[in-house]
Amino acid sequence: MSYDRAITVFSPDGHLFQVDYAQEAVKKGSTAVGVRGKNVVVLGVEKKIVAKLQEDRTVRKICSLDDNVFMAFAGLTADARIIVNRARVECQSHRLTVEDPATVEYITRYISSIKQRYTQSNGRRPFGISSLIVGFDFDGTPHLYQTDPSGTYHAWKANAIGRSAKTVREFLEKNYKEDMESDTDTIKLAIRALLEVVQSGGKNIELAIMKRDESMKMLAQEEIEEYVTAIETEKQKKT
Amino acid sequence: MGWIEILDRAEVVTDKHHIRGSTGGGEIRRAPNLVPLRITCLPNDQDKMFKLSDKILLLCVGEAGDTVQFAEYIQKNIQLYKMRNGYELSPKAAANFTRKNLADYLRSRTPYHVNLLLAGFDETDGPGLYYMDHLSALAKAPFAAHGYGAYLTLSILDRYYRPDLTRDEAVDLLKKCIEELNKRFILNLPSFSVRLIDKEGIHDLEKLMPVGAK
Repeated sequence: MSYDRAITVFSPDGHLFQVDYAQEAVKKGSTAVGVRGKNVVVLGVEKKIVAKLQEDRTVRKICSLDDNVFMAFAGLTADARIIVNRARVECQSHRLTVEDPATVEYITRYISSIKQRYTQSNGRRPFGISSLIVGFDFDGTPHLYQTDPSGTYHAWKANAIGRSAKTVREFLEKNYKEDMESDTDTIKLAIRALLEVVQSGGKNIELAIMKRDESMKMLAQEEIEEYVTAIETEKQKKT
Repeated sequence: MGWIEILDRAEVVTDKHHIRGSTGGGEIRRAPNLVPLRITCLPNDQDKMFKLSDKILLLCVGEAGDTVQFAEYIQKNIQLYKMRNGYELSPKAAANFTRKNLADYLRSRTPYHVNLLLAGFDETDGPGLYYMDHLSALAKAPFAAHGYGAYLTLSILDRYYRPDLTRDEAVDLLKKCIEELNKRFILNLPSFSVRLIDKEGIHDLEKLMPVGAK
């Protein structure tokens, strides 16, 4: 008897197969990496190669949720649109009722509970995305959270999701330094991590940063190229 | 006896003083900082102006409670638009959005009794001032006022307003209006907070306190 038809059915060994399959869908998505520094948070994504006739600015994988929080995802883009929209409404709703911006953890918890609800509903399938949510709370603490299709979330210092996430995570484990004071170092770490798996270098990287008390800034292609050149020079110096 | 009648009506009047003037370079708005209570007044820092976005201000007066509730609701929805679309609503769009909301609520069991002035600066259209009353009538105007004070100040604005006023001339026109209220209006309005909107955004100007008012 197949236990992967309806989402509401557990398999004999305790799996929710639909959730596992959703996680497979995530592994097919393009890589996203997030790094939490002391004064800056960085999200980088691998830009999908667009067809020649396609305008590439319509493919936005990094979305701002509020003035102090933004996120990137890996997996089904259409599912992500729904989650992002709900999260944006919830951020404003929080501000309306409580007169304070939502903390990063609050909005992560909200997104995770939506995802969990869809693992326990009849006739609905789980969301096929994992997300990296970063930002600053109003007391100035930076945060990075990761959510997955099952609805669980964890805080991370640096993480990657999507294609080749394992390779990128191992790279981050080797190279992450506690309390990186310099913003440039944090940004460079994220770019170096992405360069491990992205073909053809800086052209296929999209990067967004947020410094404390500032809004999200998407780096221009030239700025990314500058970092990439600096990284290559450093690499050559070492060898 | 006539005097007592006026005093009784006075408690309804105070809340409704705000005037805005529109000039070529920006918009100026002001609102008195007080709360009425019978014939006494509680001076208070309550700001009747709500920042909808970097270049749009909403001045909301009327029924106590309705004002803040409605204005904050509009404010958060304008912010949501910015998050969803990556750019802010223009002042004209924001005014029409507000009008639609007010009109819909008017035709429900829970109407909002508020009078509004919306001021904003648009990159292409320049500064714009929108007058909206509690029946949700919307009009774009060069200058506007709500409340009993309007009876006195609109004539001043009519007489001295020119479409090509400079920033300083506009502030002076506002001062003229306040002087007029100080002279002829029955209630004592001791202080007014003033804001200006231009292409750089919203600026707080210094509070205007008419001479002789306590």
